[in-house]
Amino acid sequence: MLVHSIFFYFFSVIAIFSSLMVITSRNTVNSVFFLILDFISVGCLFIMVGAEFLGMIILIVYVGAVAVLFLFVVMMLNVAEQKQSWFIGKKSTHIPTGLIVSVLILLELLVVVGGWKYKDNVMSSSTLELSNISNTHQLGLVMYTDYILYFQLAGIILLLSMIGAILLTFRQRKGVKKQSYFNQISRNPSSSIELKEAEINKGVKIDD
Amino acid sequence: MIEIGLGHYLSLGAIIFFLGVIGIFLNRKNIIVILMSIELILLAVNINLISFSIFSGDIVGQIFTMLILTVAAAEAAIGLAIIVIYYRNKGSIRVEDIHGMKG
Repeated sequence: MLVHSIFFYFFSVIAIFSSLMVITSRNTVNSVFFLILDFISVGCLFIMVGAEFLGMIILIVYVGAVAVLFLFVVMMLNVAEQKQSWFIGKKSTHIPTGLIVSVLILLELLVVVGGWKYKDNVMSSSTLELSNISNTHQLGLVMYTDYILYFQLAGIILLLSMIGAILLTFRQRKGVKKQSYFNQISRNPSSSIELKEAEINKGVKIDD
Repeated sequence: MIEIGLGHYLSLGAIIFFLGVIGIFLNRKNIIVILMSIELILLAVNINLISFSIFSGDIVGQIFTMLILTVAAAEAAIGLAIIVIYYRNKGSIRVEDIHGMKG
């Protein structure tokens, strides 16, 4: 189990360092890059502990979609560089309260986690049993049968968020020429063709 | 120290959660970093769920992790859309400039 612990400490140190850099770096683009590093290392942890499918999904969804979305927005809005990254130099009551609350949360969590007496049937990593079917197969066996409603609910959430994002950022510009399909289709010869007699030596005036 | 158990993973989740919370509280750059902190918090929750699922031999935790992942993706999309239209209207997304609701 030496290899397991070595890889665990390696990836978790990288994850903690990069999440620290996400909240402290001055350039927002650097924050997004460290967020990507964080997701990758946590995904590797998931793969290592035995949840291969979710590790790969984290790599695909978070790194491939969400973090790149963040990167697009940061670069599009031109807000990358900021003067100050923290509440410094300005009178603010946020710092002590925020620090106290955050440190209390961390201490409470660590006390609970560290002092926890696990039940006997909680396995340690050396006794993790390897079943015959793969992790993806196991997930599919449960997800598409017992949890099919939750699965469909997740699909509806994704659809709603897509509609919401498109509607929120939709903007109708003025002065843009567009096709009007209804007007095009509903033309008929009587409204679009006009017959004129051309008089000799005078011609026809075309434009009105 | 050598034997990696459930407590190690839960501690990692707790530390990442703490960093996410502190990033929300103490940030004055822009709202995008706050959204990233929320993503960190959701990642910590995922770590907890997956480690419990693995170490107790129950697959259901991983299914709920997938649901959390879905909600996180939806939340990122909607939040970034709101930020884009806010920037289009006001021209700034600095946290200290956003006081329209006097909150």
